[in-house]
Amino acid sequence: MIRSVPRPAWSKRLYFAYLAAFFVYVSLPLLVTAVFSFNDAPFPSLPWRGFTLDWFFADGSAGRTGLFHDDSLLSSLATSGHIAFWVTLVSVTLGCLNAILFERRQFPGKEFLYILMLMPLVIPGVILGVSILVFFSGTANALSDTWGIEWDSLRPGLPLVIMGQVAFITTLCTLVIAARLRKFDRQLEEAAMNLGATPLVAWFTVTLPWLLPAILGAAAMAFLMSFENFNTTVMLTGSDAPLTVTLFNRLREGSTPVLNAVALLLMAGSGLLVGLTLRKPNKQTR
Amino acid sequence: MNPVAHRLSLWLLLAPFLLWMLLLVIVPHLQMLWVSFHVRESWDSSVWGVAQYQTFFSESYYWRTFVRTGVMSLFTTLLTLIVAFPVAWYIARLARGRSKGLLFAACLIPFWASELVRTYGWMILLRESGLISTWLQFVGLTDAPVEMLYNDIAVMTGLVYNGLLFMVVPLVTTLDGLDESLVEAGYDLGGNSWTVLQQIVIPWTMPGITSGCIVVFMLTLGSYLTPVLMGGKDSAWFTEQIFTQFITRFNWEQGAALGVLLLVLSSALVWLGLRLSGQSFRRVMG
Amino acid sequence: MTPANADRKSVDGEPVNREDGDRNCADLECRGLVRRFGDTAAVDHISLTIPPGQFFSILGPSGCGKTTLLRMLAGFEQPDSGDIYIRDQRMNEVPPNRRPVNMVFQHLALFPTMTVAENIAYGLRRQGVKTAERQQRIKQVLAQVGLPELSDRNPHQLSGGQRQRVALARCLVLEPTLLLLDEPLGALDLKLREQMKIELKHLQKTFGTTFVYITHDQSEALVMSDQVAVMRQGRFDQLASPEELYHNPATPFVASFVGDNNRLPGRVTSVQNGIAAITLANGQSVQGRAAEPGVAAGAAVDLFVRPESMSVKQDHPQQSLTRLSATVSTTLFDGANSRLEMRVGDQTLYARLPQDGRLGAYSAGSVAELSWDPRRAPVFLSGTG
Ligand SMILES: Nc1ncnc2c1ncn2[C@@H]1O[C@H](COP(=O)(O)OP(=O)(O)O)[C@@H](O)[C@H]1O
Ligand SMILES: [Mg+2]
Repeated sequence: MIRSVPRPAWSKRLYFAYLAAFFVYVSLPLLVTAVFSFNDAPFPSLPWRGFTLDWFFADGSAGRTGLFHDDSLLSSLATSGHIAFWVTLVSVTLGCLNAILFERRQFPGKEFLYILMLMPLVIPGVILGVSILVFFSGTANALSDTWGIEWDSLRPGLPLVIMGQVAFITTLCTLVIAARLRKFDRQLEEAAMNLGATPLVAWFTVTLPWLLPAILGAAAMAFLMSFENFNTTVMLTGSDAPLTVTLFNRLREGSTPVLNAVALLLMAGSGLLVGLTLRKPNKQTR
Repeated sequence: MNPVAHRLSLWLLLAPFLLWMLLLVIVPHLQMLWVSFHVRESWDSSVWGVAQYQTFFSESYYWRTFVRTGVMSLFTTLLTLIVAFPVAWYIARLARGRSKGLLFAACLIPFWASELVRTYGWMILLRESGLISTWLQFVGLTDAPVEMLYNDIAVMTGLVYNGLLFMVVPLVTTLDGLDESLVEAGYDLGGNSWTVLQQIVIPWTMPGITSGCIVVFMLTLGSYLTPVLMGGKDSAWFTEQIFTQFITRFNWEQGAALGVLLLVLSSALVWLGLRLSGQSFRRVMG
Repeated sequence: MTPANADRKSVDGEPVNREDGDRNCADLECRGLVRRFGDTAAVDHISLTIPPGQFFSILGPSGCGKTTLLRMLAGFEQPDSGDIYIRDQRMNEVPPNRRPVNMVFQHLALFPTMTVAENIAYGLRRQGVKTAERQQRIKQVLAQVGLPELSDRNPHQLSGGQRQRVALARCLVLEPTLLLLDEPLGALDLKLREQMKIELKHLQKTFGTTFVYITHDQSEALVMSDQVAVMRQGRFDQLASPEELYHNPATPFVASFVGDNNRLPGRVTSVQNGIAAITLANGQSVQGRAAEPGVAAGAAVDLFVRPESMSVKQDHPQQSLTRLSATVSTTLFDGANSRLEMRVGDQTLYARLPQDGRLGAYSAGSVAELSWDPRRAPVFLSGTG
């Protein structure tokens, strides 16, 4: 079980076989998805009919429309990017403020508020979406009925999607940033002041650089989470659907290798993002 | 800092937090609760009533799906734990240096893709015209296409796959901190692999197990894409019914009631899980 | 206390080189400093004056309020009462970043996100020093602390001793009036600590900066300092030069805290010319110097005698000295520090062994004849420390 306790050979072999099976299980679906985006056939299934880039680049003239010429896919990709940008910005900002609030300040009811802050982690995404839909649409209706004010931001649409995602992504950002802030030695701020910095300058020159890896990590995570979210998003989306919703609707109509192409693109995108944040395993982290 | 500025800055930090919590989490959920206790009389008026909940209990279709979703989520969680534990053990305790990092990264690979893409990958593999079916025919194990999609085993395969990361990461983190000499002492004092696992390793890993199980359970219970896309006609998932009420039937009152019930179920089971494992919510999640 | 215009020479006799004109003003003066946490006063009416260029140490057991005192000087704690003057400027209301004081923190507090050079540049940047001059000064100070090659390293790539030097350089490059050091050697291993002690002393001489050094290690304080204040429960027990402290402790606490000491409780039978005769619990009679006015016939007292002040013989002790017979328990061989453990009644005593290597002569159970000069054995009233 551990290195220092010897095990019979058959049990070792069994263990390794299990590990191998596990990693096949983990990688197979994605591998297959990626490979079939290059199959020269109208359906993502065997037999293999040859290699093609049509599902990425075909312009529709030969009956195939590649991903980069498919306007509805491209526009929903842009919508997703737009949403993810705002969600990242808002949740990371909120996450920083919350981290400071909970790591640096003492106030009555702190423990209770901290538990409250964790709640979005244990609320199913669907319910988060539903409750926000009910609340904001209800408010919009009430405004319209009582005062005749039409406030469309409160109806399903991008602002609502952004709010719904922010609701739970903020908690994750807070946890990531707070964990880093907790490891910060507060004497460093005193040392900075001792060397002539005002408290504000000390914060920006010493504390913020320390937090930066966590902030970037949280931003990458927020961006991915937002881009990939379906459960909360689908409840709140209006006329311009983000990518996951469009893909879902396409998938119900039937699968084509274009979907594989989109999937590959998404994987590459997230792989790149993950790689960027993990690169240089921060030389400053002790 | 002078006391006025100190108080002011506290409020400035509290304001965004409270805004987020109240506007996006607490009030929407209260509103959902409020709506669920209403019965629509005409298109613009409704009265108090528990009719939505009565419908739930009187229509066996609802509460059967409810129970089925709960039971299958618990079962998936357990299965994920069993699948992930040996892998986490290998990564945390047996792998060294580079291979440790690589294996850990390999476990994270599925999460470069969204739930939709992962599910899509499984569909390509498992369906009648899919890879596995074709392969089985090719090697001669069967002579007609086999449909492996659209049954509960397929759903579980997909759900376990979705939950793996959230189980492996906390397990590896806690197992990393286990002092190997504790295990050695266990053997040294006459224990065998089973007693050492049961009396030393598992108690030590309990916080990681609890946190992994809670997250996986929550994700499974609230998942929508995997059961909808991979499940059979008669194996509905509870989230589907909430979607149906909101999106197809526009029966928000009924949908809200179902949402409240799902929330109650998830909170109750999380609470029970914490109770049984003797862990505190704050320690496990924060 | 040392008058401000008294001995301004450094240890090797050369005058300390300082740019400021006024030679009469103390670098630091504290008057009646008090800092309370709840009911207890961590710092309790401390006054002190430190002339320019001095290596001043504050020595005390942990928890006696040393750090609190230092943090008040740096501006991180506000005194409940009392005043702090640096070069005759009142500092009480000056924020930490505006004080001409720099501090080497207990755990150094090097910025982990910056290189060595950036760490040293930090203070210069805050002062608005131009790039060219900044680089020049960084280079110079790194050379002075003996780390010319390491400017692009990260702090965590340095050894303990190197980090120490960077922390010093970071402060010294700013040419502060006062350098505060909070047990900077605490984290180093024993050997390095011995080395850094000597190096710190030399650095202080070359820079000529006034050092306020706090430590709980009496050897550090004795080796490096010009003046040492022994602190206990927020107060100074004694403020004197290391030699004075060692040979003429003012209180029983100082006697037992600074250096090794043996304590022998007993009762005074008579006092003559400042020499008290004392009867020990087992009936033997010894002599020591009455160190307090209250030491008079009949008083319960403690006599302190250092292990190296006693000479150990098995026969014919010298006549002019006071004598004591003790039973040998065991010998403790430690090279030049070899000692003899003995018992007198129910008291344990240690004596330094003569350097003639005759350890074998003292077997367990044999009787050793101890003798010492009564003037080197202070007597204090018991129960005052
Ligand atoms: N911020 C604080 N709050 C309450 N008590 C404190 C605080 N700082 C120090 N003390 C107390 O003051 C006393 C002196 O502490 P300190 O100055 O750190 O001692 P030293 O540095 O000599 O070890 C200790 O009893 C300590 O518990
Ligand atoms: Mg201290």
